[in-house]
Amino acid sequence: MSSTMMKKHRYLANVVSLSLEAEKCVGCGTCTQVCPHEVFAMDGSKVRIADRDACMECGACALNCPVEALCVDAGVGCASAIIIGALLRKEPSCDCCCGDTGCD
Amino acid sequence: MNRRRTIGSAKPKDAAGLTESETRCCDGPISSNESNTCCTRPSWVTGYLQTAAGGVPSVTTRLRLRDHLGACVVRCGIRRMRYRVKPGLYAVGACGPESPVFVSANYKMSFDRLRSELGGIDAWVVVLDTRGVNVWCAAGKGTFGTDELVNSIEQTRLSEIVSHRNLIVPQLGATGVCGREVKLRTGFSVVFGPVRAEDIPRFIEAGMVSTPEMRRVRFALRDRLVLIPTELMIFGKFIVLIAAIHILVIRFGTGLFSADNPQSANVSAILLKYGLFLAALGITPALLPWLPGRSFALKGAWVGIALALALVGYELACPEPFDIWPTAIALLFLISAGVSFCAMLFTGASTYTSFSGVRREMRIAVPIQFAAAIFGVALLVAKNFLGT
Repeated sequence: MSSTMMKKHRYLANVVSLSLEAEKCVGCGTCTQVCPHEVFAMDGSKVRIADRDACMECGACALNCPVEALCVDAGVGCASAIIIGALLRKEPSCDCCCGDTGCD
Repeated sequence: MNRRRTIGSAKPKDAAGLTESETRCCDGPISSNESNTCCTRPSWVTGYLQTAAGGVPSVTTRLRLRDHLGACVVRCGIRRMRYRVKPGLYAVGACGPESPVFVSANYKMSFDRLRSELGGIDAWVVVLDTRGVNVWCAAGKGTFGTDELVNSIEQTRLSEIVSHRNLIVPQLGATGVCGREVKLRTGFSVVFGPVRAEDIPRFIEAGMVSTPEMRRVRFALRDRLVLIPTELMIFGKFIVLIAAIHILVIRFGTGLFSADNPQSANVSAILLKYGLFLAALGITPALLPWLPGRSFALKGAWVGIALALALVGYELACPEPFDIWPTAIALLFLISAGVSFCAMLFTGASTYTSFSGVRREMRIAVPIQFAAAIFGVALLVAKNFLGT
């Protein structure tokens, strides 16, 4: 599948909670390895957020950053989970009908 | 039955615990039926490999018809949460102390994807107990997580079986697995492997390095199409229920809800509308990147509007279009609100929507969908009042 085809999937702009404290970054590149949407790019000895709107807030980068330079309000991008969470007054959690795509 | 006993007595403590009936992986009753792969020796286990930490089940890398059929059934939304393999350690090929260790989830489709790509590779597979959920979703919940991985390493006595201290964790597991913490607690270093199991041979060839392409999650047409049966099964149940109520009300209702005109009492016409509505719910994921707008609710609304217009066109083509306009406008509002709402729920199955994004989308879309649906129903009720 061509990468141009993938570029067609763009979700809402200027909404994600991802933030980077560049002064903390040690340039290990772990975030570039775990991010599924190429949000980060190495810029010399530090990382920068290259495509912020592509972030899906999975939280992999923040969990694996060795110096806590990354911060993201991780959660499931799932409307059913948000509805069920609101109805049950609980934290939205993916308990019903997860997609199986790409999940090996 | 006999076979199970033989295996059980020969290797009472195999690493995957396959013979321990009290810790069986399926929720159903223990059955002596061989087809119940959960509770007996699964068809894909070919034997047992002796290791320093006991017998480890060897698995074949070839998927058989039963594996493919099982995947199809699960894709249709049947027994999805029970499609599991026993958590524990498995052996692929002639693996030894030097062989690489892969980590997977105990959703059988995840495990099957992994083992089917390990042909010609000697490797160990640690299957975590994710309660039958795939790697990514389980990582989001934390069941495919640091604690579970650390426990599994201890329970399988992996450090006694392999001489190296490296684990290959699927990249999508990084949402739940903190590599540094695993290293601190077990001594094993985590290398995040490719997103898709099909890239594993190239990943190994490149010296355990993923290319940017291997790290990127896709959501191509094929990936979306396989999700449609599951979606239709979920929505189908509700739609069948609503259609049944609709038909009962039309048939046996009185006064306002009685069938005063032959058109509204036509059961096959009603069923056709519900059937088309369900079809629209299936079309939306397929057309996703080509539907205008970024919010899923908006994408769905376009499909709903197109369907409503098609239905109105069909009615107009009838020899005697009866009182079409109030109904047409009501249908337009009801159907587009319905398809829009269901499309919004597809955010959960998609691979690129964020929590903040879905929340923002819902804050705008849900009130509009609600208002449109109320308006549609009000129009139908008003039409029935005025029309009779």
